[in-house]
Amino acid sequence: MSLLDYTLRIADSSLISAQRLSEWCSKGPTLEEDIAISNISLDLFGQANGFLEYVSELDGNKTVDDFAFKRNEREFFNFKITEQPNGHFGDTIVKLFLTSAFNFLFYTKLSGSKNEKLSALAAKSLKEVKYHLKHSRSWMVRLGDGTEESNKKIQESLNSLWQFTGEFFEMDKVDTEISKSGLGVNNLSIKEDWNKIINTTLSESKLIRPKDGYMQTGSKRGIHTEHLGHLLSEMQYLPRAYPDAKW
Amino acid sequence: MSKEKFQEKIDAEKKIEPKDWMPEAYRKHLIRQISQHAHSEIIGMQPEGNWISRAPSLRAKMILLAKVQDEAGHGLYLYSACETLGISRQELIQQLHEGKAKYSSIFNYPTLSWADMGAVGWLVDGAAIVNQVSLQRTSYGPYSRGMVKICKEESFHQRQGYEIMSEMANGTPEQKEMAQDALNRFWWPSIMMFGPHDGDSPRTGNAMKWKIKRQTNDELRQSFIDKTVHQAEIIGLTIPDPDLKWNEERGHYDFGEMDWDEFWDVVNGNGPCNKQRLDHHKKAHDDGKWVRKAAKAYSDKQKNLVKN
Repeated sequence: MSLLDYTLRIADSSLISAQRLSEWCSKGPTLEEDIAISNISLDLFGQANGFLEYVSELDGNKTVDDFAFKRNEREFFNFKITEQPNGHFGDTIVKLFLTSAFNFLFYTKLSGSKNEKLSALAAKSLKEVKYHLKHSRSWMVRLGDGTEESNKKIQESLNSLWQFTGEFFEMDKVDTEISKSGLGVNNLSIKEDWNKIINTTLSESKLIRPKDGYMQTGSKRGIHTEHLGHLLSEMQYLPRAYPDAKW
Repeated sequence: MSKEKFQEKIDAEKKIEPKDWMPEAYRKHLIRQISQHAHSEIIGMQPEGNWISRAPSLRAKMILLAKVQDEAGHGLYLYSACETLGISRQELIQQLHEGKAKYSSIFNYPTLSWADMGAVGWLVDGAAIVNQVSLQRTSYGPYSRGMVKICKEESFHQRQGYEIMSEMANGTPEQKEMAQDALNRFWWPSIMMFGPHDGDSPRTGNAMKWKIKRQTNDELRQSFIDKTVHQAEIIGLTIPDPDLKWNEERGHYDFGEMDWDEFWDVVNGNGPCNKQRLDHHKKAHDDGKWVRKAAKAYSDKQKNLVKN
């Protein structure tokens, strides 16, 4: 069961990030950026689909879409940062950057998993996440070191989203068990590298790293912010309203 | 080059390229047509974008998002093709916002159920393809090459739309009802996409002579109807036109008259979503202003660093 829970968490974070990013479609600051954000969203939906296929296989009963569309708020395990509303473009970029930096390091480690499925899924995701990190990082620098207005805006985004970064490095029973058996990642082991990516980028962006203060927690137990319920009620409405229909 | 030489080149089926001499009216006609086409791709992202967050399966969601993203890409090719005629993307967008440039009226209709994603792909993209296949042979080189690229992706979109429609038409009674309702709402606006009858289309004359357009509105419309009727029959849906009938003598389907008052109303800004679509585009453009400004400021700083 731990392996299923572990994989489901990864899938959920990808799925919810993808769903949020897809909301940008037709709203990007430039046409090129609209296309880039949709691309990243598509990558993440693809990753979610891949991890959910494995979850479905481990479960032996429910399909990928059952997992995506028929679970309630308390049964989702994505990082809280992924469900936060898009806000303005700077908010989205900060969210994407902080998570992509984590994903990059996480998948780098997970691609060495003893579990062949997980290592293959991680290796595939890693290729895509490298680009997500590069893209969001380049926007961090442009917005941070762009105009006074953009610097102020993105600094505020960073300050308000910082409280969600503690979750990346939490280790509960499932994480400990999976990582000890060589199947998963010890999240604490990537914190130093994450700090390095964040610190060098922030200094290049002329942004100030917020102090670690109150950190959000709970997603590993299915405790979320109020935003997730709304996201799910929109995303899941058709399969829930017409349970007998095939699409 | 003179007007006569230009026309000789057109008649010899040679492409006109950006640096070639062209009559001012030809240039103007192209800017109007290509920008209208580009704006249609971009505004067209909205009615389908409306369902991305609610797509009923992961597969459907990825296909729809990829499709809308393709449209953004088409818009990009077309803006670039238009820029070769000496006008900037910024100016084109300004014309759109000021109401000086149009986009296809079909996107001023709302998408009200998931079946509309089927109807839009099947009918709207289907109609667009008929027009675009013909435009692959248009006389202006960059436009023609853009169309070749676009046609490849559009035919994929049309098949996807038809697949959604077919699944729903063969699904639960509720799904079938949604599919028929979508067809009922999108049929007439789709066949009006080809524009007014040839006799009422003021610009057709020169466009045909210059081979910007290769077939008239009525010819294209007929060809779309002829190929679509059978597709509807296969999946058991009824086209909402009591006058639709095979005409043995003409070798084509006869069909009923379109509601031209509605057509001109929507063209002139009075359709169900005209204001909404334009407001959405303006808002995204305004919201992105600080981002574009920051990107420019950053790039200017980098250039200065290199210089000093």
